Amino acid sequence: MNEIPRPQPASPNSLRNGPDQRGRFGAFGGRFVAETLMPLVLDLEAAYENARRDPAFRTELDDLLTHYVGRPSPLWHASRLSAVLGGARIYFKRDELNHTGAHKINNCLGQILLARRMGKTRIIAETGAGQHGVATATVCALFGLPCTVYMGTTDIERQKPNVFRMKLLGAEVSPVSAGAGTLKDAMNEALRDWVANVRNTYYLIGTVAGPHPYPMLVRDFQSVIGEEAKAQLRQAEGRLPDVAVACIGGGSNAMGLFHPFLDDPSVRLIGVEAAGKGLDSGLTAASLSRGRPGVLHGNCTYLLQDDEGQIREAHSISAGLDYPGIGPEHSWLHDLGRVEYVAATDEEALAAFQLCTRTEGIIPALEPAHALAHVAKIAPAMEKDRVILMNLCGRGDKDIFTVAEHLGVTL
Amino acid sequence: MSRIAARFAALRRVGRGALIPFLEAFDPDRETSAALLAGLPAAGADLIEIGVPFTDPMADGPIIQAAGRRALRAGASLRGTLAMVRAFRTADPETPVILMGYLNPILSYGPEPFARDAAASGVDGLIVVDLPAEESDLLVPFATRSGLDVIRLVAPTTDDRRLPKVLEGSSGFVYYVSITGITGTKSATVAELSANIPRIRRLTELPIAVGFGVKTPAQAAEVVSIADAAVVASSLIATLAASLDEKGHPLPGTVARVLADVAALARSVRGARAAA
Repeated sequence: MNEIPRPQPASPNSLRNGPDQRGRFGAFGGRFVAETLMPLVLDLEAAYENARRDPAFRTELDDLLTHYVGRPSPLWHASRLSAVLGGARIYFKRDELNHTGAHKINNCLGQILLARRMGKTRIIAETGAGQHGVATATVCALFGLPCTVYMGTTDIERQKPNVFRMKLLGAEVSPVSAGAGTLKDAMNEALRDWVANVRNTYYLIGTVAGPHPYPMLVRDFQSVIGEEAKAQLRQAEGRLPDVAVACIGGGSNAMGLFHPFLDDPSVRLIGVEAAGKGLDSGLTAASLSRGRPGVLHGNCTYLLQDDEGQIREAHSISAGLDYPGIGPEHSWLHDLGRVEYVAATDEEALAAFQLCTRTEGIIPALEPAHALAHVAKIAPAMEKDRVILMNLCGRGDKDIFTVAEHLGVTL
Repeated sequence: MSRIAARFAALRRVGRGALIPFLEAFDPDRETSAALLAGLPAAGADLIEIGVPFTDPMADGPIIQAAGRRALRAGASLRGTLAMVRAFRTADPETPVILMGYLNPILSYGPEPFARDAAASGVDGLIVVDLPAEESDLLVPFATRSGLDVIRLVAPTTDDRRLPKVLEGSSGFVYYVSITGITGTKSATVAELSANIPRIRRLTELPIAVGFGVKTPAQAAEVVSIADAAVVASSLIATLAASLDEKGHPLPGTVARVLADVAALARSVRGARAAA
C-alpha cells in the first residue's frame, strides 16, 4: 500500500474525476494568481503530469514513504474509547505516527521530488501549527535545499516547539506580523516571496488550496491515507467504514482520507471545521458553515468574509485550523452534499484531547481533537456493530503548552 | 473613443509620455483621499490609478499594504471608492481613472452590477491583479458591455509564447510589471525595459505603461523614454505616510506634500523625450 496512485476512476460519473482542465471542481478552484506567477503555475502543472506518469518518480516516492516516513501508518482499534462512548467501533488511522508527527510529510516528499525535477534550488512554505513547516524543513534537510518558512507571529508564539524544530532542521523561520499573524498572513507573505523569486523558488503549499494544480496534487499525495485505511479496514472488519471523519482547516488530511471513499455511497463522510468560540460568536474558522464563495490565495472557494468581500480573521485554538478558507474540492463536495461538514468548538476539542489521552494513551494534536469531538457526539447513538474511521492526523506534543494554558496549568 | 484612448492619443500628438500616479482610495481617510484625487490632474497626473483596498493584497509590498490597512480602518469599500470617483467626475470630465485591486471585493459586489456602477461612476478601466487571462471570463464580458477597458498585466515571466494570450482581450493600455516582485521593492534597469518593451510593442498597438519599482522623477523619465507611461505608487504613498501624525491621521501639509511629489514627477516626465 505504498504507492501514491493518481485515482483512476472507471466511471465518467465518478466523484473522483476532478478537477477539470481549468483546475475547477464545479465552480470552485481555478488559477487566480498574478500574471508573474501564471507561467510558473502552468509549468508546475506540466511537470506534475509528467512526473505522475514516470514510474521512477513513483518508485522513489514509495521508497521514501516506506523507509523514511514509516508507511503504511497503522490502523488502530480504539477499543477503550469505543467502550467509554458506548456505541460504534472507532478506528484511528494513525498518521500521527509518521516521521515528523503528522500527515504533512506525505505531501512534502511528493512536492520536493517535483521541485527537484523542475530544477528549483530554493523552497518556501507557509505554516500555521508548524506541522507543515516542520515537514517542509525536514524534506529540505534531506534533499539539501535551502528553506524559508513563513509563519504568523501569533502562531510562532503558540507553537514554539515547532519553531525551534524548524530552526534545528536548518530552515529560516520568517515571522509575519500582518493581520492576526496566523496562517492566512503567512500564505500572503509566501506568495509575495514566490513572486519575487519565481525563477529559482518552489512554493511547497501544505494544503489542498491555492491555485491549480496544488489542490489536485496535494490531494493525490495525501490520498495514500484513505487508500491504506480502506485496505486495512477491509482486513480488520471485512468491510467499509460506516462513517469516516476528519478535521478541516485547509483540508488536506480530510481530502486524503475522503477521496478514496467518494464513490462508495454507503460511507458517510464528515469533515469537522473549527467552530472556535462558537459558530455565531464571530470568532470561528468554519468557512463552510459561516462563509460564502469568493477568491483568495489563488482559488475560488468558501471564505469567511464581510459584506464588502473583505476577508475576516479566523479564530481557532488550533493554529492548523485557523484559516478563513478551505480547499476548493471541499467546497464542491459541500455543495454536492457528498460530504457533511460540521464544526467543533475550542472547548469541545479540548475535552476530546483529554478523552483521547486518558482512554487510549495517545496525545492527539488539537487539529484531530476536533474530529474526535465530533466522533464523541455521534458514536454513542450508533449500534455497536457500526464502524467509524477517524484520521488521527497529528500528534499533540506541540500543543501541550496551549492545552496547559487553557487548563490553568503553569509548566 | 474612450477617455483612456483619447488621453493617450492627445499625448502622442504632443509627443510625450504619461504620468500615472497611484493612490489607495480612503488613505488615510475619505476626505484627504478625495482632496488628493481632486488635486492630481492640476499637479500633472495624465491618468489616475486608484487602489481599491483589500485585506489580503498579495502582490503588494509593505508600503501599499500599510496604505490598505489605513484605508480599511477609515471605512474603505468598493462602493465607497465608486462614490469617490463619482464626486471626482463632477469636476473633471477628462482625466481617465483606472481602478486597480483584487478580485474578491468585485465578486462580492457582483461582477455585472459592479461593471455597470463603475462605468456610471466615471471609471474608465480596471486592473485586477489576481485575474489572469485564464480566468478573465468572470469579469471581462461585463466590463466590455459597460464600456470599461480591462488592462492586463504583462510580467517579465510572460514569455513570447504566452504573450499573445495575455494581450488578446486587453484594452486601454498594457501594464508592464517591470520586475518579478511585489510593489515598491526592486526597480527594473533601463536595459531590462529596453529588452522587454519592444517585445510587447511588436504584438500590440496599445500604449504600454510600466509600473512596480518606478520611484523617482529620473526613473519616471527613463520609463517614458522607452514606454508610453510611468505608474508611480509606493514612493508617493511613502510621502503620504511620512506626512501623517503618529496615529495615522493627516496633518495640514499632507495633501500638499503628496501633490508636490506628483508635480516633480510630472515635470520630469514632461521633460523626457517622447516614447517611440
